Formats: sequence, C-alpha cells, structure tokens
Amino acid sequence: MVKLIVDGKEIKADEGRSVLQSCIENGMFIPNMCFIKKRQHPPASCRLCFVEIDGFDPPVTSCTEEVREGLVIRTDTAAVRRLQRTAFKLLMSAHHCEPKHCPVKGNCQLIRIAKHLNVGLTPKPLELLERDVEEEVDFAFFTYYPFRCVLCGKCVYICRQINGHNLLTFANRGFDTVIAFFGSGDPARFPCHRCGACASICPTGALVRKPECKRASGVTP
Amino acid sequence: MNKDDLTERFASILRRADRRARERRNEAIPTIYIVMSTCGLASGAAETKQAFEEALSDKDIGARIVPVGCLGHCYAEPLVVIDHPATGFPPICYHQVTVARARRLVRSYLEKGDPVFEYVLGALEENDLIPAVTDFARFNLEQRLVMEHCGRIDPDDIYQYIAAGGYSGLVKALCLEPEELIDEIETSGLRGRGGAGFPAGRKWRLASTAKADGKIIICNGDEGDPGAYMDRTILESNPHQLLEGLAICAYAVGADQAIVYVRAEYPLAVKTIKGAIKSAEGVALLGSTILGTTFSLNVSVFQGSGAFVCGEETALIQSIEGKRGMPQHRPPYPVEKGLWGRPTVVNNVKTLSSVPPIIKNGTEWFRGSGTETSPGTAIFSVVGNVKHPGLVEIAMGTSLRTLIFDVCGGIPNKKSFKAVQIGGPSGGCLPESFLDTPIDFDSLTQAGAMMGSGGMVVMDEDSCMVDVARYFIDFTQKESCGKCTFCRIGTRHLLNILDRITNGEGSEQDLELLGTLSEDIKLGSLCGLGETAPNPVLTSLRYFLDEYEAHIKENRCPAHKCRALTAFYIDLEKCARGCEVCVGCCPVEAIFTTRGRKKAIDQKLCVKCGECAVVCPPEYDAVLKVSPPELAPTLERTPDGK
Ligand SMILES: Cc1cc2nc3c(=O)[nH]c(=O)nc-3n(C[C@H](O)[C@H](O)[C@H](O)COP(=O)(O)O)c2cc1C
Ligand code: SF4
Ligand code: SF4
Ligand code: FES
Repeated sequence: MVKLIVDGKEIKADEGRSVLQSCIENGMFIPNMCFIKKRQHPPASCRLCFVEIDGFDPPVTSCTEEVREGLVIRTDTAAVRRLQRTAFKLLMSAHHCEPKHCPVKGNCQLIRIAKHLNVGLTPKPLELLERDVEEEVDFAFFTYYPFRCVLCGKCVYICRQINGHNLLTFANRGFDTVIAFFGSGDPARFPCHRCGACASICPTGALVRKPECKRASGVTP
Repeated sequence: MNKDDLTERFASILRRADRRARERRNEAIPTIYIVMSTCGLASGAAETKQAFEEALSDKDIGARIVPVGCLGHCYAEPLVVIDHPATGFPPICYHQVTVARARRLVRSYLEKGDPVFEYVLGALEENDLIPAVTDFARFNLEQRLVMEHCGRIDPDDIYQYIAAGGYSGLVKALCLEPEELIDEIETSGLRGRGGAGFPAGRKWRLASTAKADGKIIICNGDEGDPGAYMDRTILESNPHQLLEGLAICAYAVGADQAIVYVRAEYPLAVKTIKGAIKSAEGVALLGSTILGTTFSLNVSVFQGSGAFVCGEETALIQSIEGKRGMPQHRPPYPVEKGLWGRPTVVNNVKTLSSVPPIIKNGTEWFRGSGTETSPGTAIFSVVGNVKHPGLVEIAMGTSLRTLIFDVCGGIPNKKSFKAVQIGGPSGGCLPESFLDTPIDFDSLTQAGAMMGSGGMVVMDEDSCMVDVARYFIDFTQKESCGKCTFCRIGTRHLLNILDRITNGEGSEQDLELLGTLSEDIKLGSLCGLGETAPNPVLTSLRYFLDEYEAHIKENRCPAHKCRALTAFYIDLEKCARGCEVCVGCCPVEAIFTTRGRKKAIDQKLCVKCGECAVVCPPEYDAVLKVSPPELAPTLERTPDGK
C-alpha cells in the first residue's frame, strides 16, 4: 500500500496500480473512456483522464501513471479541464448523440463525463462532423453503428482477451478509422463464440447484439 | 577477444580489397561511373547506361561501367563521372547525360580525347585544365562526414568500401570494451538523426545496462516524410557504412540481432541492403563469430508497408510484431521493453551511419564540425523553389541563408523568398526574418520548427501560407493512426477550418479555434505525430497572421493562390485585336469576343484553370490574375458575342 494525495485528500492505493484506478476505487471520478480495470498496457487513447502531478508541468494521462508514495495529484486544474473539455468535444463531434434511439439506457458514461466537466452534449464551438461510412454495418451476430463509436477499443481488447484472437480490429486510418469484423462466408464457421462480450463492454451502444447472440455475464462497460 | 587474431583476419580482407582496387587502376582503361540510385534511374540513368554500352561496343572501345549511388546533385541527374587517365584529364563530372549526350561523350571524349566542355559540371580533383567542382558553393560548402563515399563507390561491391577505409571502425571497436565504446559515442555528442535528437550514447547505455537477454538493434529506415530521401540514398549508395554502424552498436550494447526496417516502396534500397548483408556475411564481417571473435550478429531486413506513423518507434515495433502500426504509450521505452518485450535500440539510418567515421577518426574530429550541442553534420533534402534542389550534407550550425542561397543557389525565376518548411510535414514554416537561424536541433525547435528527419521545402512569393498549412495538415490527418482522440478528430477539424478559410468562407471564430485547438492537439496527443502535426498551423499563424486575416476579412489571397479568392480577366488595353489564341484553350468556353473585337472572360463560367494566362503571347501578356475576385472588371456577354 502507498499513500498519495489527490485534490488535497489522502488516499491509499495498491502498489503497481494506476492513478486512475486508485482514484476510481476511492470514489473519485476522473473522466475516462478507454480504461479497463485489469488491462496490462492501457491504450491511453481516449485522452480524457488527464491529471496534474506536482512537479510535472503539463497534464499527464492518469491511466498510464503508476501510484507512488507521496504523489500529489490534482484532477481539476485549469489546464486539465481545458484538455478534457477539448477531448470530450472532439469525441462528441464524431459521436452522433441521439438519445431517442440510443440503446444505452441510463448510466451513460458520456453523459456522466459531460456533467463532471460541466459541458453540454454538443460539440460546440466545433462542428458536428460527417463521415463517409454506412449508418449501420452488419457484423454477422452484431450490428455496428460507426456514428456512435468513440473508438475506445474496448471491444477489440475483450474479444482478444476472451477468445485469444482478434475477430474485431481497427480498420482504415485517421478520421476514417472504424471497427471492422473479420469473417466472410458462412457465419456458422466464424471462430466467434457469440459470447457477446464486445457488445456488453461497449460504452456507447455502437455494438449491438442480434437476438441469436448471448449476453456475456460479468462484462460491463 | 584476441586482438591480434582479429586484426590479422581483417588485414587479409583489406589486402584483397587493395589488390582489387590496384588491378582496376592498372588496367588503365577509362571508367564510367553512372549514378544509378532511384533519383538517377528516375531521370533516365538506365537508358544512359545502355547508350554507353551500345556506343562502346559499336566503336569497340574498352571501358568499364560502374554503377554508383547518389552524389546528391539531383538537379543535374543523370550524372556521370568519366575517369579517362590516358588523356591526362582528372575524373570529370558531367550533368544531364541523356542518351544523345552519352553517345557524344563516347565519340568525342573516349575515342578522340575531347572532353566536351559544354557538358562538364566540373572536375572532381583540383587541376589546371578544367574548373573543379569544389569551385562551386554547392560542393565546397558541403561537409561530407556521413555521405563521404556515396556516389563514389559501387554499393554492391563490399571491397570498394573496404578499400576506402570501410569496416576499420568495426575492427577498432571490437578491440575496445563495450563500455569504452559507449563512452566514446557519448563524448562525441552524437544525437539521433531521426528527428528528436536524443543522445545516441545515452540510448545505448540504457540498453546496455538493461538486464535481459536477446537485445535487438533496429535501424529505422521508414522515412515517410514526403519529399525526404536521405535515408534511401544512404541505403542505396553506401549500405555497408550503415551495416558497420549497426554492428558497432550491437557490440556496444550486447545485442546479437539487428533488423533494418525499410519501407517496401524502396525496392532498390531493399535489394541493395540485402545484397550488402550477404556479402558482409561472406567475409565474416557480419553473421556468426565476426572476424573470428565471439561476437555474432544476425542482421535481417523487414519491409514496412509504408505508413508514415510506422516511423514512430513504438508503432514500428508493433508492425514488426505483426500488429497494426499504432504508437504505444511510453514508458516503457523500447530500450527497456521493445520488440517482443526485449531491450531494443531504435536508431535512424543517418545516426548509425555516423558511427563508423566517429570510431575511426575519433570524437575530436567529429566535434570539429557543427556546434557544441549539435556536433557533426546535418543531411537535408532541399526541394521546392530553389535552383539546385538535392541532397546536401552541411555542418550543423550553418545558417538557413547559407544553405538556401549559397549551397542550393537561391530562388529561381527572379522570385523572392517567402518561407521555408523544415522538419517535414510536422515541422514549422519559418519566414525571412529567421534566415540567419543556425541549423541545429535546439535553434530550430526554439523557432517553432524542428530538425525532423531532414526534409526541407523552400517556398517563393507565390506560395500561400494558409494553403501550405492546409497541405501539410491534409497529409498528417490522413496519416494519423486513428488511435487517439486529439489527433484522429482534432486534425480533421483543423483541415476543415483551413478548407473554409482557403475557400473564402472562414470566420474570425475559425481563426481563434485554429489556434486553441492546435495547442490542445499538441499537448493532448499520444505520440509525436499528433504532438507535432499542428506545427505548420501554429508557425504560419505566428509568422503570417496577416495572410490569414486577408483571407478572412478581405476575401483576398495575397499570393493569388486560393482559387475561390482569385479571378482572371483580360486587360482590354493589352489584348490584341483579332488575336484568338486564348479562345481555344479554355476548357469551358468562358472566353468571348467583345464589341471591339477583343477578348473577355465570362466570370460565371470561368473555372480559374489559368490556361489562358499561359497561352497569351508574352508580347501582349493581357491575362491578369487578381484577388479578391471582385477586382476583375466584369464585361457582360452580348447576346451575339461568342
Ligand atoms: C510520426 C513519426 C514518424 C517518425 N518517422 C521516423 C522515420 O521515418 N525515421 C526515423 O528514423 N525516425 C522517425 N521517427 C522518430 C522515431 O520515433 C525514433 O525517435 C527514431 O527512429 C530514433 O532514432 P534516433 O535516435 O537515431 O533519432 C518518427 C517519429 C514520429 C512521431
Ligand atoms: S464499438 Fe464500442 S467498444 Fe468498440 S471501439 Fe466503438 S465505442 Fe468502443
Ligand atoms: S497522435 Fe495520432 S498517430 Fe499518434 S497515437 Fe494518436 S492518433 Fe495515432
Ligand atoms: S482512460 Fe486514460 S486515456 Fe483513456
């Protein structure tokens, strides 16, 4: 156990843990989209979990920062908030938020972050971006909605973790990056166990299971 | 390690190399060196070579043709050096040797001894007969530490490199303790040439102290910057110097495996380096038990599929592991946990190629060039609006002015200098007031640009800086790996804003957003690509704000570049009555005849291709381009006017 100070409060954390996980376990929320608890190498891709560590000038991502004894951390400085708000607005400029049709019932992580950052769900002053992709993509046992996806990568990770290979992957580059599903021909022969973990872990409702697919137990966003 | 044994083994290889060199010289027949690297081939060097071969056999003249790598004088390609000792002339360098010139050279010089002065670029040695190339700024301001042998030896012949002193650095290194070797590189002050300028000695020390087996050296030859080709040139022109550096590095850090990462778009470089590895293994300079010592090094080539981001070291490692080339958070740095989790040194082609001469000539010699904090030389590929584009190696600390105006001949077509983009697509655009900035890692970074991997684009007065920023952002946003939020989505917003501004639809709010978003992308991105992508925007905002404002507030593009903000019209005073030249060239039939039988442009139809301005005879020069477009006087097309 090590002790560290977060926003003036002392908390205890297991050695080797990330700052982000320790804060969350101590009931202190830090915005995050790509963080998975037991994941070895965090992808650090959503760029929401910034904090300031005393002695390090620019904000750093808390999911990649290991706790150390005596660490002094601030989660709400102006620099931290500025980066978090920009990152959030960037995500919302590519995530088309349509509450009426959204399968994420309550508990939406994006709404939670918006509240925490004290911003709305619109990307303003950024424009809402269009992408040259289908509204819906058929993934055999799932339907993928690119305009909801924030590319947190959780589905890709969990599939590999559970099945040992990647049925889901990132495809294309830059702003055109999407999640793609490997498999063509007869769906019965796909090496997919239809465990449904990917749809269960998806925080945005971008991966939705079809009726023939199982509901993974113990997997949540 | 038995030093005597080692040096004796190398001495016998060296004797063989010397003997071969002597034999070549003693044959006393002319030698024709043809630059056959990618730049030469693109300008027709293969045809030139064939023309020489045919002409020689027609005339039944005995001469040897030696394909060599790039000399860096790309403006003069195809470049040929003819050494014809029987005439008493020194080796002569010829420029733009086309097929016809090749035939003429065989007829006049090789057969009759007349060196055809009009084709001569210069003699390679000082002499009384022909001006030497060293009389030109382009040659004498250069300092060739790394590229000394490029273009002067046959890259496929290991003995030519050895006869020129090659691999003696490795022999010297193997006689030292690894520790001493790292000390040597550290005191030399060598900094990584891949962009960031990280001290090579420190990187090697970190890897050497890492406690793990199976350490790996990776040579980064991904070179994805558009317009940059320094690494390709070295790989194609002198692969052995790189391999020698690789071996010295491996010995110093205790690695037994090395990988040369080359993009697959460089087929000649791949072929050359593969051939070089084979021939070095053939004489026990690479492979197992090098020169009879206990040091072994297995070198292989990995062909990258050419994503720009795969030049970033962690993405590069991912791609070798067979994964999608996406950068990873550091730490852990590759020197701790790199390829397959093992300590890995990633160094650039130029960094590793700098090592052999440093070991051979000593750190004092190396520090004799360049500056205190950036010793040695910098290699740039200078392209854009300069008279003599090409590859140059100059001492660090040389001013931008010297490089652009003296070494590369300045701006052609009587235009004036506007800006220089340094450090590739993620470098910065510096204006004229920065021309006296010394070229070194720290000064360039301070100015908002960076050394990068050495791409340099010079721009004249006709370049629109907003358009230039748009061009580079377009590149980086396409090449973003798509992993992290700031780079994937943020750069797309930057592009959209710049699109709006160059289309005359930008607002003042856009301008503000451009600045703040750029700063956030720089701070918030995961890897160097996103961290540097906004540089062209930030520097052009800083140094050319007036151009942005002209676009937004006055609907005007000062360089007359952005189509939406310009218009063509025909000056009726200058237009020649009855002349029809421009009418036929217009693809949309926008040009009509006025009542006074002159020509005018229908602005509603004009697509601003500028063809009419090109074809209008220079004695009239009647087509004018203006910005904002409202400045063009409009002439109504009469119903009968065509
Ligand atoms: C987007 C990006 C592209 C890069 N491309 C290259 C490259 O093409 N060649 C290279 O040597 N280094 C490149 N680098 C730098 C490498 O990550 C790494 O720092 C370098 O290879 C280390 O070698 P050095 O210490 O010899 O400079 C790139 C970095 C980034 C962020
Ligand atoms: S589909 Fe869902 S889990 Fe997968 S990357 Fe997109 S938002 Fe994340
Ligand atoms: S900064 Fe760009 S290239 Fe680098 S990890 Fe993020 S998305 Fe990928
Ligand atoms: S949770 Fe740290 S970057 Fe996404």
